[in-house]
Amino acid sequence: MDGASMDRVRDVTLWVNGERVSRRVAVRTHLVDFLRVELELTGSHLGCEQGVCGACTVRVDGVAVRGCLMLAVQADGARVETIEGLSDSGAIADLQAAFHARNALQCGYCTPGMLVSAAELLAANPAPTRDEIRAHISGNYCRCTGYHAIVDAIETTAAARRGEGGAA
Amino acid sequence: MTGGDRQVFNNRTINKNAAPLNGDRARIQGEDTRKVKAPDFAYERPESLDQVFDLLERHGDEARILAGGQSLLATLNMRLSSPGLLVDIGRVPGLAGVARAGQTIRIGAMTRHCDLAAAPPVQAHLPLLARAVPHIAHPAIRNRGTIGGSVALADPAAELPACCLAMGATMVLASRGGERRVAAADFFQGLFRTVLEPHELLAAIEVPVPPAGSVAGFDELARRHGDYAIVGLAAQGVPAGAGWQGLALAFFGADDRPVLATAAAAVLAEGGGIAAAQAALDRDLDPPGDLNGDPATKRHLARVLLGRVVGAMAEGR
Repeated sequence: MDGASMDRVRDVTLWVNGERVSRRVAVRTHLVDFLRVELELTGSHLGCEQGVCGACTVRVDGVAVRGCLMLAVQADGARVETIEGLSDSGAIADLQAAFHARNALQCGYCTPGMLVSAAELLAANPAPTRDEIRAHISGNYCRCTGYHAIVDAIETTAAARRGEGGAA
Repeated sequence: MTGGDRQVFNNRTINKNAAPLNGDRARIQGEDTRKVKAPDFAYERPESLDQVFDLLERHGDEARILAGGQSLLATLNMRLSSPGLLVDIGRVPGLAGVARAGQTIRIGAMTRHCDLAAAPPVQAHLPLLARAVPHIAHPAIRNRGTIGGSVALADPAAELPACCLAMGATMVLASRGGERRVAAADFFQGLFRTVLEPHELLAAIEVPVPPAGSVAGFDELARRHGDYAIVGLAAQGVPAGAGWQGLALAFFGADDRPVLATAAAAVLAEGGGIAAAQAALDRDLDPPGDLNGDPATKRHLARVLLGRVVGAMAEGR
């Protein structure tokens, strides 16, 4: 590679779902294209690519972020968790089961981002009101199920984690 | 993860194949055969302010500061902006954090919205910011977006520039030669325009601790929660009998920059009441129409907001 293009690429090392990953990336590649194309972790979805729809929401260093609004180079050294890692670890198995039970997904396109957002809410607020749930997922668009069942699922999970009749 | 899980989820584990994916070589060289969306740009990640100034001096207008990236990355993905170089200040030490020094609260430019709202000096002294932050976009964006990025971008419909105006904040602009300070009222020059020179970095925002008894009010009207406001109002002042002392009403989404409604504030200061202040607002605001509404709609919504926000402030809500 010639010198002129070296500032267009960068070597990055990050931890994705606990695995150490080193790659050379084009600096203009955003995090979700990196995850999907380079690592073939296609659970993180791309909708609008302007931060509005929330389908690309992943966890970086413990907090939910828009994967389309972060460059892969910015994640150099970071711990990234995608829906694949969150599923495999079982960390949100109850939330996923509630989504299933409540029919809180149909096509599933928004679901990975929705789960990351919901998990962050439940970690910070064990007893959110329905309004708080709606406000928190306001940046995650669903175009088929509708939000009512999603709010139900999140509310059900919160109640179950508090030990208040989770089966609902 | 157990070995068994790995088997089960084999199709979801990271591709460890060392061979480049088809098209990789072209992509790395910036000649993408697929749909890479952002235009080609160079990227530097300085680790000190001196390195930032080096890059800004060397590249001038070609360089764009990358702070939280929550607006810049969207414009890059849409190819609405095409900088030659991104200067990522995310790892420059000393740019984040909120601290009180005497009667001033200094907010580092890289302070993220989520940290801003939770910072003890903000919670204790700057309720306007604490009220405004939940209106900024969505939680995942607040986890990355920064006050410096918002202020330097100068989107006329953004929350924090208007808050800075209402609080009488001072922008600290750093360059190789040192710092200069510019009042918020002088900093915003128009649509996405500020007094920042190409060799300067917005390093911090200094906010005076409001006087005792000061109350804050904030609200905005948006089509959907988290959208940019059609019209919004950030207000701060001290109730004094039927009137107000030091009342500042900063509207956003109402012009090409945040605007202080001085005529309406003067009416309220003298105890003139909300209806008279709403009438006076026509002298303060001359909103251009946009996709969210024509000028008459925006004037109406501004009057509605003034009534709601100042009414709530007067009642101590």
